[in-house]
Amino acid sequence: MSADNMKLTLKIWRQKNANAKGHFDTHTLDGVTSHMSFLEMLDVLNEQIIQEKKEPVAFEHDCREGICGTCSLVINGYPHGPQQGTTTCQLHMRHFKDGDTITIEPWRSAAFPIVKDLVVNRDSFDRIIQAGGYISVNTGQAQDGNAIPIEKDVANEAMDAATCIGCGACVAACPNASAMLFTSAKVSHLAHMPQGEVEASQRAIRMVEQHDAEGFGRCSNITACEAECPKEISVEHIARLNREYLSASVGSDK
Amino acid sequence: MALQSNVPPGELGEKWTKYRSSMPLVAPNNKRRIEVIIVGTGLAGGAAAATLGELGYKVKVFTFHDSPRRAHSIAAQGGINAAKNYQNDGDSVYRLFYDTIKGGDYRSREANVHRLAEVSVNIIDQAVAQGVPFAREYGGLLANRSFGGVQVSRTFYARGQTGQQLLLGAYQSLSRQVSLGNVTMYNRHEMVDVVKIDGKARGIIARNLLTGELERHGAHAVVLGTGGYGNVFYLSTNAMNSNVSAAWRAVKKGAYMANPCFTQIHPTCIPVSGEYQSKLTLMSESLRNDGRVWVPKNQEDAKAIREGRKTGLDIPEADRDYYLERRYPAFGNLVPRDVASRAAKTACDEGLGVSPTGLAVYLDFADAIQRYGKSQATTLNETNASAARIRELGTAVVAEKYGNLFEMYEKITGENPYVMPMKIYPAVHYTMGGLWVDYNLQTNVPGLFAAGEANFSDHGANRLGASALMQGLADGYFVLPYTIGTFLANEIRTPMIDPNGKEFMEAEKAVADRITRVMGVQGNQSVESFHRRLGKYMWDYCGMARNADGLAKGRELIRELREEFYRDVFVPGTADEYNPELEKALRVADFLELGELMMVDALDRNESCGGHFREEYQTPEGEALRRDDEYTYVSAWEWDDNQPILHKENLEFENVELKTRSYK
Ligand SMILES: Cc1cc2nc3c(=O)[nH]c(=O)nc-3n(C[C@H](O)[C@H](O)[C@H](O)COP(=O)(O)OP(=O)(O)OC[C@H]3O[C@@H](n4cnc5c(N)ncnc54)[C@H](O)[C@@H]3O)c2cc1C
Ligand code: SF4
Ligand code: FES
Repeated sequence: MSADNMKLTLKIWRQKNANAKGHFDTHTLDGVTSHMSFLEMLDVLNEQIIQEKKEPVAFEHDCREGICGTCSLVINGYPHGPQQGTTTCQLHMRHFKDGDTITIEPWRSAAFPIVKDLVVNRDSFDRIIQAGGYISVNTGQAQDGNAIPIEKDVANEAMDAATCIGCGACVAACPNASAMLFTSAKVSHLAHMPQGEVEASQRAIRMVEQHDAEGFGRCSNITACEAECPKEISVEHIARLNREYLSASVGSDK
Repeated sequence: MALQSNVPPGELGEKWTKYRSSMPLVAPNNKRRIEVIIVGTGLAGGAAAATLGELGYKVKVFTFHDSPRRAHSIAAQGGINAAKNYQNDGDSVYRLFYDTIKGGDYRSREANVHRLAEVSVNIIDQAVAQGVPFAREYGGLLANRSFGGVQVSRTFYARGQTGQQLLLGAYQSLSRQVSLGNVTMYNRHEMVDVVKIDGKARGIIARNLLTGELERHGAHAVVLGTGGYGNVFYLSTNAMNSNVSAAWRAVKKGAYMANPCFTQIHPTCIPVSGEYQSKLTLMSESLRNDGRVWVPKNQEDAKAIREGRKTGLDIPEADRDYYLERRYPAFGNLVPRDVASRAAKTACDEGLGVSPTGLAVYLDFADAIQRYGKSQATTLNETNASAARIRELGTAVVAEKYGNLFEMYEKITGENPYVMPMKIYPAVHYTMGGLWVDYNLQTNVPGLFAAGEANFSDHGANRLGASALMQGLADGYFVLPYTIGTFLANEIRTPMIDPNGKEFMEAEKAVADRITRVMGVQGNQSVESFHRRLGKYMWDYCGMARNADGLAKGRELIRELREEFYRDVFVPGTADEYNPELEKALRVADFLELGELMMVDALDRNESCGGHFREEYQTPEGEALRRDDEYTYVSAWEWDDNQPILHKENLEFENVELKTRSYK
């Protein structure tokens, strides 16, 4: 555990809006304790900036418990920071020490334009889901929930994929800025469920088309995404997506 | 105005079915000419938007989040109830209804709750059809667990991420409707006012959070699925941006706020660790299935733990007080939340708390690990398994059930809960109060509907675990899409609402003035600091235990704070850009009024019930003392800056006999 009165140097990306040119600002912050979360540390910094009547650092967050997918900081070069399987909001200051310099940047990708400072726009993810990331069933059309048994392991695998929080760290981590991990997680989740199998191939094709149209890059199997994904989504889902995609392009059901 | 609950006549069990089949319908060709605005994309708003889109209405959906999938519903962990009786343990629609009425301490409307129990079964079917990966048994069937306040296993779950999976199901259905062109989605748009024309809700003013621009949007009806207001306490388990403003703006336009003081304080949250604390983290109630709650029997041990000289592991079995099991043998660790929270407070008030602040009790899994370990060893035929092997096997079972919660705990506290007992303390979690609605989920403002946590409808004075997800989805998928027809059927001749009309222009101007006012103060204190102070007043005077003097004082303090806010708040930046501080300022301004109303409501209710515990009204054993003769009503408040006006809806219990809740 680190000291309970740390002094930090923070190099933070500041950018007024999407069109402005950005730059790094350096702030020093005293009195940081190991129990604080990383975002609470930024709260303290912002309170200090507001006391100086200046504009606080804009960053996004909501649940602060690793599930909503809102927080999105690149910390010392790592999306969501250096801790494995952790979102930015779950990172705690006990992993830093007195005197550290910490660099904080936004996700960087053409498909995630910067809104302000550390805040980016991830509407492109919504549009990928809209392209086919669902099962076509209307309310009230369902049969009994136990009508189709699903093997426990299969349900578990589906759940592994379904835990994606849509944060975009995979894109930030990828040298090609590909969103294949995100896209494949949804394709794979739904393809695992008998209810979602029917549309699986068409779904894969439509979602990949939208993925490409948004300006995300191609996947070249670098797997940096998996390493940085806070939910540890496996690149095996990308393989699954490729299978669905190929079977559709080869098959005649298009 | 007298409050009409509009509960249909007939036998309890048949009301909804009969009503639904005799409800006025809107023909498909007319639906296409009717616009509905939905604010909120949580379980309630998201489900309603998808379903109304499927039905053929023209739907516009607003969320202040950057995506519908971020709604606070995403954070729900433990599960969702449904009266499926898949476990054959005696569950039924009636039992779920009864448990919910009793759990709510007899302060909710029978007919609404029964309807909720009836449609609960459809929710599970719907979610499965959407591909929600619920937990399953080895045989492939859906798994269940039990939650507090009940004696059957009716909770469905997807690991500790049930809310996430249900919300993604609703989000995906909504996304499908967006792609089909039936729903238009407005991300990062905050509703800042309701617009009324001739007494009916006809649209909203929204602020585009990226540009700061105010927009006018008209519709034939407006639905608020905007969530709860627990953040009035500053520290709560709610997401940081959850707020009351949408509901409060409706209140300022004449809607009534019902039972605002009914707040749920959840017993199992990670305790506060410091001044800078920004929020509290829930440890799902499902943990109480296996975790045992205890404190040391004597104060010396507790003191030694607080000072770091001992840990929980050093306290021998005989010196531990498993106080819930002792006080409530029938329900033990699974008593309802309000009961468990107050018991934790009592233990800490007696000097038995186990964290440096003195405000924490243990939730211990050592016995569960042993029990599961032994049973696994037997299953695996390992008759001579060593103690270490049993621990290993047991730990694996506990990890499968609660792994992500344990991980979350360890990330936050730096302690390993598989070894050291967890430390927990109650925290604000849910608000049973909300906009007053009738059986149709319509507020007293015609055309304005409220669904999910934003309304007051189903949980009385205390909500049972895993019932909010159920209510949000019941409202959104199965109730509102039909009941809204009772209003819209009379609107088929109403042309499209013109967002340039006088009422819209006036409302927009009023919002602009409000923004200018907070931006114009340019004082010395941050918005956050006001919010923090408000939260402290709320917790101290309107928290787990309340009394008349404290409430009167709290009210005064809040009025002073409000005055100070408009004199000394500092909002940086400008109004015509992305400005999170301004967003926060407008929300805190509304909390500063709501907080006062909560004090007024709590002061008015001279009884203890559910989450509302008035120290003056308790039994000799310290249990809540309800006063049915005088307070069997819903308090619906009309806002007034000087003295809010109380309207009462008397609650009629025709099927359930009012009893003192006992979990002993
Ligand atoms: C940590 C935690 C765990 C929980 N676990 C469980 C559980 O296991 N089981 C259970 O049954 N319940 C649980 N609950 C309770 C449950 O999650 C909530 O009550 C429920 O999800 C609320 O859903 P909702 O749709 O009403 O609102 P929310 O999900 O809060 O959605 C509100 C929506 O309204 C939008 N909104 C609000 N105001 C505005 C505005 N002015 N303009 C535009 N948009 C606006 C937001 O953007 C959001 O989309 C839990 C709650 C918490 C805090
Ligand atoms: S795959 Fe992982 S990194 Fe990518 S959006 Fe999902 S959770 Fe985030
Ligand atoms: S703020 Fe929700 S995941 Fe980090």
